[in-house]
Amino acid sequence: MIRLEKRAQPSRGWTIATPIIAVVATMIAGGLMFAALGKDPVEAIRTIFWDPLFGPFASYARPQLLVKAGPLILIAIGLSFGFKAGIWNIGAEGQYIMGALTGAATALAFYPAEWWIIFPLAILAGAVGGFLWAMIPAVLKVRFGTNEILVSLMLVYVAQSLLAAAALGWLRNPEGMGFPGSRNLAQWAATANPELIAGTGMHWGVVMAFLSVIVAYVILSRHMLGFSIRVTGQSPRAAAFAGVNPGRLVIVCMGVSGALAGMAGLFEVTGPAGQISIDFNVGYGFTAIIVAFLGRLHPVGILLAGLLMALTYIGGEMAQLSLGLPAAAIQLFQGMLLFFLLAVDVLTNYRIRAARREVA
Amino acid sequence: MDLSAINPILLVASLMVAATPILLAAIGELVVERAGVLNLGVEGMMITGAIVGFIVATATGSPWIGFLGAAAGGAALSLLFAVLTQFLLSNQVATGLALTLVGLGLSSLLGQNYVGIRAPSVPSIHIPVISDIPVIGPILFQHDPMVYVGLGICLGVWAFLKYSRAGLVLRAVGENHDAAHALGYKVIRVRVLAILFGGACAGLGGAYLSLVRVPQWTEGVTAGAGWIALAIVVFASWRPGRLVIGAYLFGGVTVLQLNLQLVNVPIPVEILSMAPYLVTILTLVLLSAGRGGAMGAPGSLGKHFHASS
Repeated sequence: MIRLEKRAQPSRGWTIATPIIAVVATMIAGGLMFAALGKDPVEAIRTIFWDPLFGPFASYARPQLLVKAGPLILIAIGLSFGFKAGIWNIGAEGQYIMGALTGAATALAFYPAEWWIIFPLAILAGAVGGFLWAMIPAVLKVRFGTNEILVSLMLVYVAQSLLAAAALGWLRNPEGMGFPGSRNLAQWAATANPELIAGTGMHWGVVMAFLSVIVAYVILSRHMLGFSIRVTGQSPRAAAFAGVNPGRLVIVCMGVSGALAGMAGLFEVTGPAGQISIDFNVGYGFTAIIVAFLGRLHPVGILLAGLLMALTYIGGEMAQLSLGLPAAAIQLFQGMLLFFLLAVDVLTNYRIRAARREVA
Repeated sequence: MDLSAINPILLVASLMVAATPILLAAIGELVVERAGVLNLGVEGMMITGAIVGFIVATATGSPWIGFLGAAAGGAALSLLFAVLTQFLLSNQVATGLALTLVGLGLSSLLGQNYVGIRAPSVPSIHIPVISDIPVIGPILFQHDPMVYVGLGICLGVWAFLKYSRAGLVLRAVGENHDAAHALGYKVIRVRVLAILFGGACAGLGGAYLSLVRVPQWTEGVTAGAGWIALAIVVFASWRPGRLVIGAYLFGGVTVLQLNLQLVNVPIPVEILSMAPYLVTILTLVLLSAGRGGAMGAPGSLGKHFHASS
């Protein structure tokens, strides 16, 4: 018989080792899946994890790494605040859409002016849009005790409907000859969010993502807010004795994640995406949940996990082109990663003991 | 706009059809939550059931074998959840989300070659006399059998929880797993069985979408139905009777907004298609506001159980 014995404290070694084990296990299981689809597993894994960095098309793929990792890291950092405290904002996708919408709408209100202030204003509007969208589940939870998981998720579908309405209606490019989609924000100098250093993929969103990692690290390890979050996550009762106001913590955590997700949306719509379109959102808000957990809800871990997840996106696209691997296989691959991580996580909090049969 | 184009009898009749997938998924989740487990992977299990049921039904030509396959598929996926949360003691919220992500990926992978195919049709039943009663006949007695299977499962669950000994054990495990363990009940075993039942029901609900309601396979066919099912369990305060009301209320909103889209009401289509989600949020708020929190929730909901001695 195998028995689990709870550790007094989570093991530090296993905290670092489990994500690595999970990645390796996912590679093996993913390889088996690719083999079942009739592809060479070794080649598929190499195409996903090696070729984007060192393969023949690496000079094209490498900049994409930061372009994809930027929004993932930015959103995941925000989510980690709440997740640590047991506050589950899983509607980041909706906040990301709303940030892009409010930011783009604010900027387009000044079209075709060329003032420098428009871009900072748009970023602010994006953050406010995401923040307010996250405030709906937050305030409902604090005021009425409504489940924030369900409300934040329902609001993703509402945001998607609003996005479609905007792309087809009130934000549609008046000079677009009737095609859906807004004006191109990346080609308008006032809002363009270009590559800052050629060949790196670095845009303002990536800068903001790196900044958020540093700020989050300081807040979580050195600030009173970080303490409140950790205590609440471990024991809400102890937090109450420590003087933590649970309602305010919900507002702060949801607000931070909403604002960061909204900003990520704004940086995306002014840079890589370029315009508001019906299919603007590609699921960063959901993938960021995987990134947050894979990074152990720790800022530095999230940075690494975001880069890894970006790699699977780019490698996945390359594998689609060169090997004909279906896009869904990559999605499944990412889901598997989270599953394996949760499965091996038991080693962090528990010791495995072979229990001897006790003789009476 | 021509509101008179909406036939009220057809409207109410299609309400039962629209509510059935959510009803099936929600009654499964209700049993899971009464056992003290929060499985947020309903959406993933539903969509897996939708594609597995579709594949089996087109392969065998029989929608009924398809429904069986869907139940098996949903249960198989929920087994992953059961192993992770019950034996490896992982966080139930995170694992449920992972289950949804895996289910969405898996279903679109399995479904690649099935887009645009028509499923074998499910005949509606026609009982001589009662189906022909004016008004009531078309509303209540002219649907496909799965509508009644769904209601039957709800009735069964109600009776099981209220009158059977096993139902009492399940509720005990959900209310206080430490006490149930002390009494010698197998907490883990009860929960695994409940999770499997929930998975099978979610699978059935998904297959109802792909085989009856739509009826074909499209990616993301569930469109949040699994999440709405979760909301309806809260709405029902974990009671099967109220769950039926909740599902029908929701079905009513869905059908009404579709009908309003058809007759060109001067409300944008996008606003109308938001309606079901907004109504769900609103009911959640009204309910939680009325009682100050999630009253009626099983005591051990979402907590993991580890027998330390």
